[in-house]
Amino acid sequence: MADTADAAGTLAETDDRPLWGPTAYLLLVRMWMRASSQYRVSLLLTTLAQFLTTCLDLIALLIIYTQVKTLAGFTLAETLYLYGTTRLAFALSDVVASGVESLATMIRLGNFDLVLIRPVSSLAQVLADQFTPKRFGKLVAPIVTLGWALDELPVHWTVLKAAVCVGTVAAGFVIYCALWVLTGCISFIAVDAQEVANSFTYGSEFATEYPLTIFGRPLGLALTFVLPVAFVTWQPSLYVLGHADPFELPGFLRFSSPLAAAALTGLAALAWRACIRHYRSTGS
Amino acid sequence: MRVYLTAVRLSMRRYLAYRSSALAGALTNTIFGCLRAFVLIALWKQKPEISGWDLSDAVTYAFITQGLVTPMGIFMNNSELGPRIRSGDVAVDLYRPVDFQAWWLSLDLGRALGAGLLRTVPPVVLGMLLFPVSLPLNPLRWAEFLACCAVGYLVSFALRYVASLVAFWTMDERGMSSILVAAGMFCSGLIVPLTIIPGVLGDVVRHTPWAAVVQMPVNVLLGTQSGGFGYALAFGSLWALLLLGAGRLLTAAARQKVVVQGG
Repeated sequence: MADTADAAGTLAETDDRPLWGPTAYLLLVRMWMRASSQYRVSLLLTTLAQFLTTCLDLIALLIIYTQVKTLAGFTLAETLYLYGTTRLAFALSDVVASGVESLATMIRLGNFDLVLIRPVSSLAQVLADQFTPKRFGKLVAPIVTLGWALDELPVHWTVLKAAVCVGTVAAGFVIYCALWVLTGCISFIAVDAQEVANSFTYGSEFATEYPLTIFGRPLGLALTFVLPVAFVTWQPSLYVLGHADPFELPGFLRFSSPLAAAALTGLAALAWRACIRHYRSTGS
Repeated sequence: MRVYLTAVRLSMRRYLAYRSSALAGALTNTIFGCLRAFVLIALWKQKPEISGWDLSDAVTYAFITQGLVTPMGIFMNNSELGPRIRSGDVAVDLYRPVDFQAWWLSLDLGRALGAGLLRTVPPVVLGMLLFPVSLPLNPLRWAEFLACCAVGYLVSFALRYVASLVAFWTMDERGMSSILVAAGMFCSGLIVPLTIIPGVLGDVVRHTPWAAVVQMPVNVLLGTQSGGFGYALAFGSLWALLLLGAGRLLTAAARQKVVVQGG
């Protein structure tokens, strides 16, 4: 502490680079976590609510299977596998990236200007915005579901299948993170169209929880090649579950999830930069 | 009375001012309606009749529930009372020479009517273009449906009002609201129709107040409500009275004891 003045002097010269994005992100997350821990009862209740929401969703799926033995040719254990991997990947991305949801409000109130003048990555600030530990409540049900599905499935596990299973969640996580950022870009173009973003994030999560065949061929193909959420869990899971592809797409697609994740991440990075470049403040 | 009607009118006008936002929301409701419809179609293809509903009943249900989500405030995302209690702004509302509960009912009713115009009709109409949605032609059915919606709306308001008032004691309404949203999504039948839930769970959820909010109006419209329109109306009215009464008691308690935040 003795050489604070000295340090301040040298700071200006040597350390005028912005903080590295991920470091800044973690620092901001810590700050927001402290802030949200101020109202303890409320935090506990919201965490509980997140847990409940995911449980009730699972119960809904189980209710559907009390009426039928298979849905679109998939047994309960198989659908639970699809559901568990999707939900886990989405919940992880929700923990990390759903701060994007407050971007529209930020832009509307002119607070995004503050984000831009800080010497910290704008994306890190937006992703970390309003971070709250309540989101961890969403992780419990998917983990339990996936464990249950893995236990029930009559799958002969090989090293490759296990790797694909882990890769499914990892690639799914990246795909959803990219989707959060891409939907954040909607707020730059049309501030009041925020709810449309929900169709892409929550909507695509919902779509991949179930066997993709239920959406029919045209929509199924669109969800593979236009909005590539089929790669979150559907394509790799067909391999793990040993199902033939009802849409008869080529076999290499089963292993293309990392590629889809990389492509979507690249697209999201480009879109974000373009949006920042064209941003015009709404403040007066 | 005039002051409340004016509040309803102005609140509705405010909601209607943000048309593009509401239409973006209606589009989202439509997309979710489609996704839910696909799941229900997959189910009904395997089992053509469940609890007296055929495939087109199920699809109709998917779109009407999506249309009712916003007017009924299931996601509580337009509520102002809770945040005002948290920030202390509610002090101004407590000054007003009006009945506190009736005042907030008027403001929320205006919002719900606006949402009913902009967010209920488009998803159902678009759903009709894309799926085998079948609506009855009998005007009496529609009148009964609207009456059930009105009662269901009162139940939904009363629930949200009570949840918001909790902020007077916990200082932050978000915890209570999020529990209410979680329970409401499931118990109102937004995720799966309450009619297909088997066993004890089904019996329980069909008797919670949320059953009156979305499920019963749809049942009445489709003509599949057991006990008919009379039962649905009585069930909803009873819950509305109980919950509005609870709201009044809480309001009185809050006025007596509570220190408003602020500064």
